[in-house]
Amino acid sequence: MESERALLERLRSGDEHAFEALVTRHDAALRRVARGFVRTDAAADDVVQETWLGVVKGLPAFEGRSSLRTWIFRILVNTARTRATRDARSLPFSSLESDTGPAVEPAAFGSDGRWSSAPPRLEADPETDLLSRELREHLLGAVEQLTPAQRAVITLRDLVGLPAVEVCELLDLTDANQRVLLHRARARVRAALLPLVEVSE
Amino acid sequence: MRRWQIWRRKHAHDPLVCQEFVELVTDYLEGALPEEERVRFEAHLAECDGCSGYLEDMRRLIGSLHEAPEPPPDPATREALLRAFRELRDT
Repeated sequence: MESERALLERLRSGDEHAFEALVTRHDAALRRVARGFVRTDAAADDVVQETWLGVVKGLPAFEGRSSLRTWIFRILVNTARTRATRDARSLPFSSLESDTGPAVEPAAFGSDGRWSSAPPRLEADPETDLLSRELREHLLGAVEQLTPAQRAVITLRDLVGLPAVEVCELLDLTDANQRVLLHRARARVRAALLPLVEVSE
Repeated sequence: MRRWQIWRRKHAHDPLVCQEFVELVTDYLEGALPEEERVRFEAHLAECDGCSGYLEDMRRLIGSLHEAPEPPPDPATREALLRAFRELRDT
């Protein structure tokens, strides 16, 4: 994938293909994070649309003090917050979290806290250090099933690749809360993949 | 407080068990475990196949999320945005 620096130079010179590449790279993630702030898909679409227009307008003045993606997601969050305040039906991000369950079903462990039998493994791709192609095809679907706050955090951290400190700042989370959300999100995604794995006995 | 947390507090100096291990995986990967806990975590990791497999799976899962191709926006949205980009560029 083209580096952000190279992309930014092309954007500044008015290269529309660079803008298209940027939109393709981040549009779905923006939409997913926007859903953490507003209640409907339509409202999220509006927020994302407004964000991209803000990006276009702001590009000439963007100084590159943060990464391009951080800057874009900051515009998104500000836009989404404004929308959430204006729209009486919207929910603030922080009130959405109710999932406090464990990472792994308690039934997987004996009374001594050890695995009662070896946990099922996620199938790996033989050529890369990734999950198998079949499991990878189900990843984004599993992310969709998360709570809005978990979905926003795992999107920013693991899909977009922002560092923890920036995600905390963007979503107004403490370090510890960001980690709890990320932890549950990853554990839920693993759990969602388990039915696709053959249980070996 | 969750049951495993109560358990963990009571047994803070015992060797780690699997049920505790899986709850510490993210803190471990984030480098957020206090030194003493990290030592207990790694001691358990070295001796438990189930947990080392679990951690390896989580690393692969995270790596795979990094590589997951995001769906592109629908053509109408893309066209509208490109039009906006051109208009601002050409003014």
